Amino acid sequence: MNTQDLQTEEETCGMSRRGFLGLLGKGAVCAGAIVGAVGAGSAIGASEAGSGKRAYQQNDKQFAEAVNNPPKIPEYNWNDHQWAMGVDTTRCIGCLRCMEACKMENSVQMDANHNRTWVERYVYLEGSNTALIDSQADPKNIANAGSETKFRFDNRYKDVKVEKAFFVAKLCNQCEHPSCVEVCPTGATFKSKDGPVLIDTTYCIGCQYCVQACPYGARSFNESRGTAEKCNWCYHRITKGLNPACVEVCPTGSRIFGDRNDPESPVSLFIRNNHVQVLKPEMGNAPNVFYVGLDKEVV
Amino acid sequence: MEHVFEHVTPFVGYVYPNETDFPWSQLIVIYPYITGLVAGAFVISSLHHVFKIKSFAPISRFALLTALCFMIFAPSPLLFHLGQPTRAFNAVITPHWTSAMAAFGYVAGFYLCLLILEVWFAFREDIVAMSKARSGIMGKIYGLLTLGSDDVSEHALAIDHKVARILSMIGIPAACGLHGYVGFVFGSLKSREWWSSDLMPVIFLLSAVGSGVGLVIVLYVIVSKYRKTPIIDETMRGLLYVMFTGVAIVMVIEGLEILEMFYKAREGVETVRELIAGPIWVGMYIQWGMSVFALLTTSALLLFNVHGKRLVTWLFLSGLAMMIGVLAMRWNVVIGGQELSKTMRGLLTFTPELFGRESLFTVLIISICPYILLFLITKLLPPWNEKIEPDHRVSEVQNLHRISLGMNQTQ
Repeated sequence: MNTQDLQTEEETCGMSRRGFLGLLGKGAVCAGAIVGAVGAGSAIGASEAGSGKRAYQQNDKQFAEAVNNPPKIPEYNWNDHQWAMGVDTTRCIGCLRCMEACKMENSVQMDANHNRTWVERYVYLEGSNTALIDSQADPKNIANAGSETKFRFDNRYKDVKVEKAFFVAKLCNQCEHPSCVEVCPTGATFKSKDGPVLIDTTYCIGCQYCVQACPYGARSFNESRGTAEKCNWCYHRITKGLNPACVEVCPTGSRIFGDRNDPESPVSLFIRNNHVQVLKPEMGNAPNVFYVGLDKEVV
Repeated sequence: MEHVFEHVTPFVGYVYPNETDFPWSQLIVIYPYITGLVAGAFVISSLHHVFKIKSFAPISRFALLTALCFMIFAPSPLLFHLGQPTRAFNAVITPHWTSAMAAFGYVAGFYLCLLILEVWFAFREDIVAMSKARSGIMGKIYGLLTLGSDDVSEHALAIDHKVARILSMIGIPAACGLHGYVGFVFGSLKSREWWSSDLMPVIFLLSAVGSGVGLVIVLYVIVSKYRKTPIIDETMRGLLYVMFTGVAIVMVIEGLEILEMFYKAREGVETVRELIAGPIWVGMYIQWGMSVFALLTTSALLLFNVHGKRLVTWLFLSGLAMMIGVLAMRWNVVIGGQELSKTMRGLLTFTPELFGRESLFTVLIISICPYILLFLITKLLPPWNEKIEPDHRVSEVQNLHRISLGMNQTQ
């Protein structure tokens, strides 16, 4: 099946798929609203998220509390786990429900330049040796969606011949040797024993050296809190035995999560059964997000 | 839709979505600039104190005060930049030593203490004299500044000089450390191609000396005109030598860095080329244009053995050029580094804010403050090695009278 066939197929079943994804999205939004309602304080519902204002589900104090003191489960011991993630780019359809779920779950600022996860689209036009790259934060995609809070890729390639196209989901790599932790002057960001790199938002001074140091552009700066911001693989969820929000909502199973200490966990199987790669291995950061189906053009 | 791109930096090519929010703004441009001026001014003051080069004696103490005034304001751009400025001391209380930034509080604090101590030792004799010559509140202030040490015997003064010299000797590596360290903060980041260079600390250090010497030249000329005092030819020649050496070396090393980048031609070198031709071309023209001007001028001044008024005019101009050129260089490094995307596939174009916490207005205020402080501090501690006269004409007359009486008695 060539790309054009794929496109036609997508067009024909687009409605139903979109409807299904919409439902998923609504589910995530509802979940967010519930969390927000429980959280009270500065909780802003999902309806306000569309207005372009920066929306939060939790107030700063609650957020810090959630990061610093994740819900204790009697049996959770961070020495017993080694979390890892896999991304199968051959399965990603660029629906961006992962982004939506992440923004809702983690109170990420809703504008286009604050993302804990995002999806990149790589398109080789016919006869071209290099890929055209864009993400959902591309101005054209935002203009097409009509808002920064609606995550959509536009259909800009419909009139040109596409040779090869694929999506690559990006998020914090929770590196073994994280540059961000290395450069943090206060130790507010640290590598947890079970894998994720966390931020103590009550101790961060907001110098943004970590934002500079991350080779993957995974960090951003939360102006309202005055502190750094990044993906922590939904630490509050994984320590309860749940999947990160992005993994939970992915309709195609292109994001795989699990414990590497468990040889039968989805991620262990994914790494064992595939030739996996990591992003920018030359940086020496030893990422913990493993990819299948990367391309020479992936940045 | 209007709100959508309000605070998104425009870009071409592909950049990571989070990069459209610039982490370090123009405040981080002037931070290394100000510390650079400190380092340069301190080196000039040390040339007299440590190496006993006579030609720098007239401006040695003035350069020392300049270094102090700029050092006091060096951390302020950082404080304005921090997201949580009230937590700034977290980095000092619990430094995370793997971070290049963690030592900042200690390095800057140490250097500030060193400068204050050296100023005190260098000015103690004057302070004691003024505590005696001045009356009223100023007399009391000078009295306090003596810290109870009013011994101005030859032996005590010799100790003062010795201590000031030792402090100055410690100060040279400290100044180099402070500034080389600022270069390391940038150069040690592997994530940014434009910064990640082993030459960065050296470039920062040498350009710091260049801009600092430029500052001392400019201030010395302006102050001399203002005070209507002669500009000493020998001093200007001395400054010329330092300036020429600084400009020549820094240009070679900066050139080497760019040459190396293009010769290695690693992945994304086309984007680096576009960066130079695109977002920072104005900055590059200013940086290199001013440097070439300073180099040519100082070379000509040396070659034709120029003295007097022409030396003053042209050295003043090349000092000013060096200050502007190094400021442009700081911009090109700090802003240019962030305009080149980490993807090496895109370029951003930074537009500074005019008003606000992190804006050009803040930069302007912070840049002016050291000059105002310097003006005030030279009123408090005149560094011109002039005889200290009592402030009241009456007492002056009385003194003259007393002297004449004494002379009469001896006769």
